[in-house]
Amino acid sequence: MPHILVATLDDEPGVLNRVVSLIRRRAFNIQALTVGPAEAPGTSRMTLVVESDEGGAKRVAAHLEKLLNVLKVELLTEKPSVVRYLALLRISAPVAIRSQVLLVGSAFRAQVVDVADDSVVLECSGSAEKLAALAEALRPYGLLELSRTGALAMARGAAPALVPKGRAEETYPPLAMSV
Amino acid sequence: MKRTGAQILWEGLLREGVEVVFGYPGGAILPAYDALLDFPIRHVLVRHEQGACHMADGYARASGRVGVVIATSGPGATNLVTGLANAMMDSVPLVAITGQVGSRLLGSDAFQEVDVTGVTLPVTKHNYLVTRAADLAPVLREAFAVARSGRPGPVLVDLTKDAQQAEAEVDWDAAPPPTRHLRHGPPPFADGDLRKALDLIGAAERPLILAGHGIELSGAGRAVLAFAEGTGTPFATTLLGIGAVPARHPLNLGMMGMHGEAWVNQAIQEADLLLAFGMRFDDRVTGNLATYARNARKLHVDIDAAELGKNVSVDLGLQGDLRAFLEAIQPRLETRDHGPWLQRIHELKGDAAVRDIQSLPDDGHLYAAHVLHDLWTITGGEATVVTDVGQHQMWEAQYYRHDRSRSLITSGGLGTMGFALPAALGAKVATPDSEVWVVAGDGGFQMTSCELMTLVQEGLKVNIAVINNGYLGMVRQWQEFFYERRYSATPLLSPDFVKLAEAYGLKALRASTRNEARDAIRAAREHPGPCLIDFRVEQEDSVFPMVPAGAALDAMIRRPFPPTIAASVLAETGADSSST
Ligand SMILES: Cc1ncc(C[n+]2csc(CCOP(=O)(O)OP(=O)(O)O)c2C)c(N)n1
Ligand SMILES: [Mg+2]
Repeated sequence: MPHILVATLDDEPGVLNRVVSLIRRRAFNIQALTVGPAEAPGTSRMTLVVESDEGGAKRVAAHLEKLLNVLKVELLTEKPSVVRYLALLRISAPVAIRSQVLLVGSAFRAQVVDVADDSVVLECSGSAEKLAALAEALRPYGLLELSRTGALAMARGAAPALVPKGRAEETYPPLAMSV
Repeated sequence: MKRTGAQILWEGLLREGVEVVFGYPGGAILPAYDALLDFPIRHVLVRHEQGACHMADGYARASGRVGVVIATSGPGATNLVTGLANAMMDSVPLVAITGQVGSRLLGSDAFQEVDVTGVTLPVTKHNYLVTRAADLAPVLREAFAVARSGRPGPVLVDLTKDAQQAEAEVDWDAAPPPTRHLRHGPPPFADGDLRKALDLIGAAERPLILAGHGIELSGAGRAVLAFAEGTGTPFATTLLGIGAVPARHPLNLGMMGMHGEAWVNQAIQEADLLLAFGMRFDDRVTGNLATYARNARKLHVDIDAAELGKNVSVDLGLQGDLRAFLEAIQPRLETRDHGPWLQRIHELKGDAAVRDIQSLPDDGHLYAAHVLHDLWTITGGEATVVTDVGQHQMWEAQYYRHDRSRSLITSGGLGTMGFALPAALGAKVATPDSEVWVVAGDGGFQMTSCELMTLVQEGLKVNIAVINNGYLGMVRQWQEFFYERRYSATPLLSPDFVKLAEAYGLKALRASTRNEARDAIRAAREHPGPCLIDFRVEQEDSVFPMVPAGAALDAMIRRPFPPTIAASVLAETGADSSST
């Protein structure tokens, strides 16, 4: 089953490569991956969806924690969490059918973010299933382009401690290294 | 005070306690080599960078210190890859320094440019590309901290030529010590976990310790013995666990796994508790996982959380330092006596002694196992033996009984042919007072024999036993057992090793009988300089027992009874003298 892991990383060049290379090398399968800045300056947050059994997911977490640039790894499958994907869809929408397209979009609470002569661009966020259903609902009208992100995820409830264990610190001076 | 990157490099190494580096110069590392002349660091000039890496590896394994290797960009750096992978697999602390093209040329396919941090990513614990002199000092400190801490391993620092030449201000004492490597240091053992461990141990009737390399790395040898003696628990070692606990300890059953002792593998299958101490259930020690130790609960203690449950699912997996674990439970252990279990293991030994090649009377042929046995007796078991990879390696593990810590140095996880000679050279540099022997096959020895010249240039007394069977023996054995004796690409020609060694300036001897072998070993020991012995051994002998890859651990191919005694044994026991 898919497991969601959230890793906080040093924001250094090459760190993404380290993580992806590790997961490939250990023969795990990444379904989705999203990276962006995290709350603390100098850190980034990666959300990974990995197809694996539970033991495998825990081992991915343990392997990730061995990377020097990983501050923290959370396995969200174990806890209640919010998981969101974002999609942009360009739909063929000549004037004759435009209102129907928009109607379908609004049923999914999609926003219109661009309107051209013959097409519109919709933006929608939600679960992977919801976005897949939206794309299918719009396909008959002409799904011209689809762009979807990987997952963003966060545990529900109280904020977790920044670093779960070990004698950690957060004040290592940043180095101008490109790895 | 301002210093060049090159000066910072050597100063940093000195501050980490480095006395010797193994390396080979070239264009992109020239500034560092120029500065080297001003620093009190011994440089061993190798003949191939792979050798440098294995030397640093042997140095680290013999001494427990971090080995350091240095090479130039491009081909110099790529030649290190095998050595780094070897160190990574066997958890050996190394720091590799490589020169890199100038930072403005990076990514341009400049002369001798290779993406070294990319190439070495999977075979290092961590690596760095340093493009500014000012970054070098903190990187070096962190590199050593990473290499030594937790589960040790190799770290590479790729240093651009301009970073070596540029100047920077360094104040070693003012800079904060590195701490990132401590981010995921093991959590302290939870009392509940210790209690669970004690319950497992207390409930066991047939416990067995699986003693791995982690014992050496954690300095837990004594603690393991105290545990074993206190609880009456026998132990068996992995290949890399040899030496971490004394071979001649009455509770030491010997080596486990593919070429382990038959009774050890049988005991693993019959045990009701396996105590995996600093080992990782490698496929070479488990055989078929589906049939592995089905009667046993498993308690696994390892510093690396990713090893827990990786190959074998365990009842209790504890991440942490083994010695700390054993010291924490020691006062709460019950004294036990597992008499019936030890008696059962004794029975499992059965006819093993009769099958043992050591019981084979001298028939005029020289057997590798006899050479190793004689090497053990003549050196009083006191030598540091560095092996290559193949049949001779397994015979060494079976017949040289290591009682001393760090006295067997061998390539376990990667099984790297060509390891022995350079690693032995490193071991001798690390422990000049110890008697160091190389045990290599005719195949593997030829992979790095160029380092004979390094041995001579450095004036090191290392003895070399080439177990010359005219084959890539271990592969030939698999072809004999599993490929209908179709010897594809395993018969091997070799140079006259005696002449070769003499050309390099070593003393050299040849032995084709057991008496000659014993005399040669004695003569080599007496000779003040390095000495090579070409042992002409039985060509088609095989290593027994053998668990075929993927078979159940107790489905071993056994050595057939020696024909001379087979008849009498058969008459006595009715045992089957064929394989299995
Ligand atoms: C670098 C490398 N290449 C290939 C192998 C595969 N291999 C394992 S053992 C072996 C044969 C070794 O022959 P030799 O050195 O003569 O030792 P012997 O087994 O005869 O004692 C080979 C080819 C290896 N382990 N390492
Ligand atoms: Mg051979």
